[in-house]
Amino acid sequence: MADKILMKGNEAIGEAAIKSGCRYFFGYPITPQNELPAYMARRLPNEDGVFCQAESEIGAINMVYGASASGARVMTSSSSPGISLKQEGISYMAGSELPGVIVNITRGGPGLGGIQPAQSDYFQAVKGGGHGDYRTLVLAPQSVQEAVDLTMEAFDLADKYRNPVLILGDGMIGQMMEPVEFKRDISPEDLPDKEWATVGNKGRKPNIINSLSLQAEKLEELNVRMQKKYQQMKEEEVRFETIKTEDAEYVIVAFGSMARIAMGAVEKAREEGIKVGLIRPISLFPFPDEVIGMVAEQARFMLTLEMNCGQMVEDVRLAVNGRCPVYFYGRSGGVVPTTGEIYEQLMEQVRGEKE
Amino acid sequence: MKVVARRPESMMDKPTHYCPGCTHGITHRLVAEVLDEMGIREKTVGVAPVGCAVLAYEYYNCDFQQAAHGRAPAVATGIKRVHPENFVFTYQGDGDLASIGTAEIIHAAMRGENFTTIFINNAIYGMTGGQMAPTTMIGQKTTTSPYGRDASQAGQPIRVVEMLSTLQGAGYLSRVALYNNREIKKAKKAIRKAFETQKAGQGFSLVELLSTCPTNWGMNPAEALEWVESNMVPYYPLGDFKTPEGGQDQ
Repeated sequence: MADKILMKGNEAIGEAAIKSGCRYFFGYPITPQNELPAYMARRLPNEDGVFCQAESEIGAINMVYGASASGARVMTSSSSPGISLKQEGISYMAGSELPGVIVNITRGGPGLGGIQPAQSDYFQAVKGGGHGDYRTLVLAPQSVQEAVDLTMEAFDLADKYRNPVLILGDGMIGQMMEPVEFKRDISPEDLPDKEWATVGNKGRKPNIINSLSLQAEKLEELNVRMQKKYQQMKEEEVRFETIKTEDAEYVIVAFGSMARIAMGAVEKAREEGIKVGLIRPISLFPFPDEVIGMVAEQARFMLTLEMNCGQMVEDVRLAVNGRCPVYFYGRSGGVVPTTGEIYEQLMEQVRGEKE
Repeated sequence: MKVVARRPESMMDKPTHYCPGCTHGITHRLVAEVLDEMGIREKTVGVAPVGCAVLAYEYYNCDFQQAAHGRAPAVATGIKRVHPENFVFTYQGDGDLASIGTAEIIHAAMRGENFTTIFINNAIYGMTGGQMAPTTMIGQKTTTSPYGRDASQAGQPIRVVEMLSTLQGAGYLSRVALYNNREIKKAKKAIRKAFETQKAGQGFSLVELLSTCPTNWGMNPAEALEWVESNMVPYYPLGDFKTPEGGQDQ
């Protein structure tokens, strides 16, 4: 097993991409993800790869489109306002069925917002984001190690489904340093050829990468096929963690940084003899609604915690489907709630329940 | 029997959707002839725009990608960076390249991306039904300049090759016109030169072709060709604006 090294989240994501056979990175500066393009600019030339700073986030995502359609594993990263600009390109990638990994080190919004950690891009990430009826796989790490593991997985999933995959982090994950281990190191030569890629049509008919379909019935066929893909994702790619949910009367649902903070509140409540558990969605699309629905059978309530004004809570309510009350607490604009604050919120609901 | 004319191998045996008298068909063929003559068809990846030429991938017998509106130069950058040994060209109109895609084309040229752009300037948006383009002539009537393009409101038409010629990353920049056989021959020579520039790794290359849109101009094909010569050429001078050798020929 490889040694552990201390790395910043943004840089660790970059190294994980390289160790997944990614040799192409197209980016544009925006805080708080700048260490990632800078890391790739340093590393890729030494790995026979290409780092290219694009003219804009729009340029970057379209370079990703071209490189992906040429058969390469490719990545771009940005933060909220920049991710908004990439949505057109992500929609085209989904429509043209192109793999690619897009990292969103989320910051508070709307508009230019701030640069502090937030989870306010949840809707944009899990409901499609751009125009048209499409979804991207969305993976949300809570630690630097998990950011590494999920980045590696993201490249495999992108290729498996020929679909963009989003890593949804925030400034906390991106800026924090933690010891990490890289569990694999594959080179581009180890990867199978993509027979659909545009690399010159020697001895075969032309390969066309395209999302235009002027006949409504043909376009519907594409949509139906894509929905089958999303259904398969729902069956095979749901990822979550449950903590102390077996006997839990009160259940917190939180993802990413927020889940990590909530863990402290769960432990404190358990010390007080209050049966609190935590469900942490790791894949935000597909959403772990089955486990949430199951745990809701036994829970007296669920408390959804988010660093936004209430987005994932809508999916939690759909998953719970009336089996128990679902409450929400969130801080936004880049404010990161403390463990004590979460504990107080939790206890307020518990007391309300007992009255 | 001697064959005097045939469809280039780089073109599919397929009727195009272009309007009668539109010069897209000529340009498609010129590019295809160059690919044939250079023997690079099987190593070429084209990038189609959004606009009338969006279906270019249907007509060429080579690998193709379709790009978002204006983004073809960014897509081509991605392709060429992964496979520098491939020949890459974008085929873009004036709405695509000179309006929504200005950032992408300028920065591709600035970086000296080693691909070729075929730029169709027909002074109008064709596919969407004849709206004003940045290249529309002063006084020209379109659906969005119904009283004629007014410089005080819409500015003066943009001269793309002149603008790009200030960039050192551009190896070859030329403007040609398609209003008669002599000019068409010159156009082919320029397209060949652009692909040769790419072959030699001499940076970004672009050929602007002054083209017709009889349908949206409200003219018959002969009048449209005449209009290119008498109205467009005086404003958009023809010739090489930049060559890898450093010369100009206008």
